[in-house]
Amino acid sequence: MLKTKKTVYLDYAATTPVDPQVLKAMLPHFSVRFGNSMSLHALGQEAKSALEQSRKQIAKIIGAKTPEIIFTGSASESNNLAIKGVAFANKDRGRHIIISAIEHPCIMQSVAFLEKHAGFTITRLRVDKFGMVSPADVVKAITKETILVSVMHANNEIGTIEPIAEIGKICHDKGVLFHTDAAQTLGKLPIDVNKMKIDLLTASSHKIYGPKGAACLYIRSGTKIEPILHGGSHEFGLRASTINVPAIVGFAKAATICVKQMATDHKRLASLRDKLIKGVLLRIPRSRLNGHPKLRLANNANFSFDFVEGESIVLSLDALGIAVSTGSACSSEKLEPSHVLLAIGLRPEQAHGSLRLTLGRQTKERDIIYTLKVLPKVIKNLRIVSPFKI
Amino acid sequence: MPLPYSSKVMEHFLHPKNMGKIKNADGIGKVGNLQCGDVMWLYIKVGKNKSGKEIIKDIKFETFGCVAALATSSAITELAKGRTLDKALKIDRAKIVKNLGGLPPIKIHCSVLAADALDEAIYDYLQKNKREISLDLQKRHEIILKSKEGIEHRYHDWTNLEEELRHRKD
Repeated sequence: MLKTKKTVYLDYAATTPVDPQVLKAMLPHFSVRFGNSMSLHALGQEAKSALEQSRKQIAKIIGAKTPEIIFTGSASESNNLAIKGVAFANKDRGRHIIISAIEHPCIMQSVAFLEKHAGFTITRLRVDKFGMVSPADVVKAITKETILVSVMHANNEIGTIEPIAEIGKICHDKGVLFHTDAAQTLGKLPIDVNKMKIDLLTASSHKIYGPKGAACLYIRSGTKIEPILHGGSHEFGLRASTINVPAIVGFAKAATICVKQMATDHKRLASLRDKLIKGVLLRIPRSRLNGHPKLRLANNANFSFDFVEGESIVLSLDALGIAVSTGSACSSEKLEPSHVLLAIGLRPEQAHGSLRLTLGRQTKERDIIYTLKVLPKVIKNLRIVSPFKI
Repeated sequence: MPLPYSSKVMEHFLHPKNMGKIKNADGIGKVGNLQCGDVMWLYIKVGKNKSGKEIIKDIKFETFGCVAALATSSAITELAKGRTLDKALKIDRAKIVKNLGGLPPIKIHCSVLAADALDEAIYDYLQKNKREISLDLQKRHEIILKSKEGIEHRYHDWTNLEEELRHRKD
């Protein structure tokens, strides 16, 4: 039995609760309109129509044409398809891919796979101390062999927003494909694939109050790409699998709601975020903000605290009803600290003491006040136990 | 509430026993690695029991680390307190893990760390008092010493890092 107790959820970058309106839109597609979108009969065609309607909604949000949207099961899958699919389809043009050093593990691992098994060379662009990629570095890194550049729109750990439009223009001018992972930004920041010269874009449902199990990849028409899931002719032959219609309907509904509320949500969250950042830095000695001070997601705050370890902070806060996450090695299966925090110049021992707090639609000012009351005490207590003192 | 740890681990973590420093400790064991994210310092005070055998009269810890590192530190102080030195040296990782009602496999190394810290504290005491050290303990000491090279040097660095960061320009 789960005990219901008050929880201050500050882990919206990990996942979000499904919006009640989204759930309502999804429900009929589970048991009443349950058809397979590939079936010819009315039930099947009803499902197909819901799918195509969702595709249209997502396309409109990012300024794409409807058939340029491919639905997948997760942002990781979309990123795998973007990287490997483009690599396999364009390998005769060249075998060089450029990414940033702070991409999500699914990008890092996909390019590592190509490096190991398909003779690709990978450039991992360094970032500055705020986690910013320099467009000048992109220019320098592009060679005749380069087929793809992939730089995320905003970083999932430290929230830094990358200069995507500039990088897009560079790639466009050089005739290199440009992919961006927008899992943390769709519905939070304006996106226009044409203005930003994006050829491929990953977006996710469960980060924006939609269900888990739905995501998409925008693929500019004319882009050469191979499927990585082979089978039926679903999704224009690019992604075999029975279509998860309820989740996709929920994804489209969630994205539509987010876009409608974008300006007001952004303003409210940024103000709460700034209150949190200011309060933490003021109240906790030897604390540091990770990521860019201004060019960061409205809902992201990431700190490191010297002399304490992240998992201990997370579970101490959890015991007090606050749910957050950390980039410490001790919380990961690999026992290695976050590659993002190391890339911005933190030493492993500092990366161990990192904490990510991400705000969302249900975050209230009182949650921030409570966090600012509790967190300094938790850090203080852990520092009392620590052999290292201020 | 479902957590990756047993309730016994969480109890030790949230309410650690014997935490802190012993000022005039008879032996100190310092183990761990900052880069890996756990460092354990164990302090012991040695006394004698009724039959004249040396026992761990008092024991305290200071630990930087994850939940498992803090819980194993607390647990080993409870396991060792009042024991004769010989018996304390027999506390190994299996005993600690059992005492805690299990640890996730990836965290077993924390229990090794706690056992090492106790060995080191006792070694420190025996050595300071020019006492005989068993071949086994001597060997263990050498292995531990190798694995922790540089911790204190690194810590010194770390305390100066704040300034360095403040002056760093990009």
